[in-house]
Amino acid sequence: MSNVFIAFQRNEETRAIIDAIVADNPQAVVSQQPAMVKIDAPGHMVIRKSTIEQELGREFDLQEMQVHLITLSGNIDETDDEFRLTWNQ
Amino acid sequence: MDMKASKKLGLKERYTLMTRDLAWTPTYQAVKDVFPLTEYEGIKIHDWDKFEDPFRMTMDSYWKYQAEKERKLYAIIDAFTQNNGHLGVTDARYINALKLFLTGITPVEYMAHRGFAHIGRQYPGAGPRVACLMQSLDEIRHAQTQIHSLSNYNKYYNGFQNWRHQHDRVWYLSVPKSFFDDAVSGGPFEYIIAIGFAFEYVLTNLLFVPFISGAAYNGDMGAMAFGFSAQSDESRHMTLGLEVIKFILEQDPANLPIVQAWIDKWFWRGYRVLTLVAMMMDYMLPKRVMSWKEAWEIYAEQNGGALFADLARYGIKVPKGWEQACKEKDHLSHLAWNTFYSYGMAAPFHTWAPSEKDMEWLSAKYPDTFDKYYRSLWTHYAREQAEGRRYYSTTLPMLCQICQIPMIFTEPDDPTKIAYRESDYKNIKYHFCSDGCKSIFDLEPGKYVQSWLPVHQIHQGNCFPSDVDPGKPGFNPLAEVLRWYRISDGIDNRDYADSPDKQNFETWRTQATGN
Repeated sequence: MSNVFIAFQRNEETRAIIDAIVADNPQAVVSQQPAMVKIDAPGHMVIRKSTIEQELGREFDLQEMQVHLITLSGNIDETDDEFRLTWNQ
Repeated sequence: MDMKASKKLGLKERYTLMTRDLAWTPTYQAVKDVFPLTEYEGIKIHDWDKFEDPFRMTMDSYWKYQAEKERKLYAIIDAFTQNNGHLGVTDARYINALKLFLTGITPVEYMAHRGFAHIGRQYPGAGPRVACLMQSLDEIRHAQTQIHSLSNYNKYYNGFQNWRHQHDRVWYLSVPKSFFDDAVSGGPFEYIIAIGFAFEYVLTNLLFVPFISGAAYNGDMGAMAFGFSAQSDESRHMTLGLEVIKFILEQDPANLPIVQAWIDKWFWRGYRVLTLVAMMMDYMLPKRVMSWKEAWEIYAEQNGGALFADLARYGIKVPKGWEQACKEKDHLSHLAWNTFYSYGMAAPFHTWAPSEKDMEWLSAKYPDTFDKYYRSLWTHYAREQAEGRRYYSTTLPMLCQICQIPMIFTEPDDPTKIAYRESDYKNIKYHFCSDGCKSIFDLEPGKYVQSWLPVHQIHQGNCFPSDVDPGKPGFNPLAEVLRWYRISDGIDNRDYADSPDKQNFETWRTQATGN
C-alpha cells in the first residue's frame, strides 16, 4: 500500500501536532530532517483536533496547521474535527 | 462585559456560504461571452458546483493565516539581517545556489501569479475561481518575499543585482522562462494541469523541500524562512492541482485523452526544468541533506507512484517520460554541473570542481555511475586548473528546441552517448534532447518553431549591446554578450576560487569573529 505523508516546519507548535498524529496513527513513521519533520503512514492518516488540543493544552483550529505545513500527499478531507489523508487504491 | 457569541458555523457551511453562494449567473450577457475561453480546448464541464476545495479555505481565513505567515517571515528576516546572517552560512559557495534561485525561480513565481489570476477569471465555477485567486495572491507573495529575503545578500555579494534583466536574456534562464511562457500561453485547462498538477503536485516537492531543508542545513535562515513560508502555501496548490484533475475527469469521459496528453507533456517539461535543481542539490550545497537521486526516489518514485496508482481508477497512466526520468536520476546532476562548469564565464554565478571530499560523497551516493563515468572528468579539470589552465568552453552549445537546455543528455541506456533527436517541419530541421521533447514538438510544431533560443539569437546578432558593430576589427562576441547580459567579467562569473565573493567572505568572517 502507498504511503500518505505530511511534513511540518519543526517548531514548538508542531511538536504537539506530531505527538497527536503519532497517538492517533500507530503505524505512522516520523522522520526528523533539518528544520522539518515528515510523517508517513500506509494508506491513510487522521489528524484530530481533540488530540492536538490535549497535547497543546489550548483550543486549536485545524486550519492553524496552514501556518506550519510544508507539504503533504494524498486525498484530503477536512472538517472542523478531523483532517484526513487517504489514497484510494 | 458579558458577551455570548452565537454558535459558529461549521467549516462546510462556511465554505458554501463564502464561495458558491457569493457567485451568480450573469443575465445581461451570455455566460459564454463572460467566460469565452472554456470551450476551445475540448474539455467538457457539466456542473461547476461539483468542485469543492477539500481544505474548505474561505477568503476570511485565507487573509488571517497568510497575515500570520507574513508576520513570522518578516520577523525572521529582520533577525537574519540584524545578526549578520550573510556571514553565518557554511561557505560562500552556497550563496551561488541563491543567485540561481533568484534569477531562475523568482521571476516564474511572478508568472505563476499572472497565470492564476488569468485562469481564475476564466473559470465559470466559484470554487476553482476562489482557489485560483488565492494561489495567484500566494505566488506574488512568493516573488516578493524571495526578493526581500535575498536583498540582504545583494548588499554583500556579486551576481544578484541584475536578476530581472538576466531572466529575459541569459542562456540557461530561458529554460524556466520558456517553460512558464509555454504554460501561460496555453488555455485555462491546460495551464492548471501544467502548473497546478504536473508541476505543483508531481514536481515542486523536489524543488522546495530538499532545497529549503538544505538552506537550513547550511545556516541560511533567510532562504529557509521564505522557502518554508512559500511551501506552506504549496500544500494548498498541490491540493488544487489534484482536485481539479479529479473534477475534470469526473465531469466527462471524453476529457481523459486530452488530460493524459497534457500530463505527458507537462511532466516532461517540468522534469527538464528540474535539471537545475539536481545540480544545485548535488554540487552547489557545501553541506548536503540528500542527493538528487534520493530525493527523486522519495518524492517522485514513491510519492508520484502512489499518486498515479490513485488516479488509475480514472484511466490515467503514468506520464510517458516517467521511465526515462527514473533512469536519468543517476546522471542528471553530473551532466548539468559539467555544463555549468564549462560555461562558467557565461553565468552570473560561480562554479567549481568538486573537492576530493565532495567526490567521496558523490561516489557513495552514486555507486553505479560517479566513479565509472564522471570522476575522471573532475580530476582532469582540477589538474588543468592547478596548472593555471582553468577550462572554459568558448564555443556555443546546440540547444533543444523544447526545453532549451544544451544537448547534454545521454541515451537512457547508454551513458557514453549523447542523445540526439530531430524532426522536420516546413523543410527546416529542429533538434531535441530526448523523445519527450521531440514528441511535444511533433504535437504542436507551430507553437515551438517560435521559441526564442538564446544560442540562435546570439548567432543572429540579437544579443549584443546596441552601441557595438560586429563588423569592426577586434570585435569580441563573448565580451559583448556578457555586457548585454550585464555580467561583470571576473566579478560575477567564472571560478569561485578566483572570485571577489570568496575573498570578501573570508575577510568578513575573520572580522566577525575578532577585532
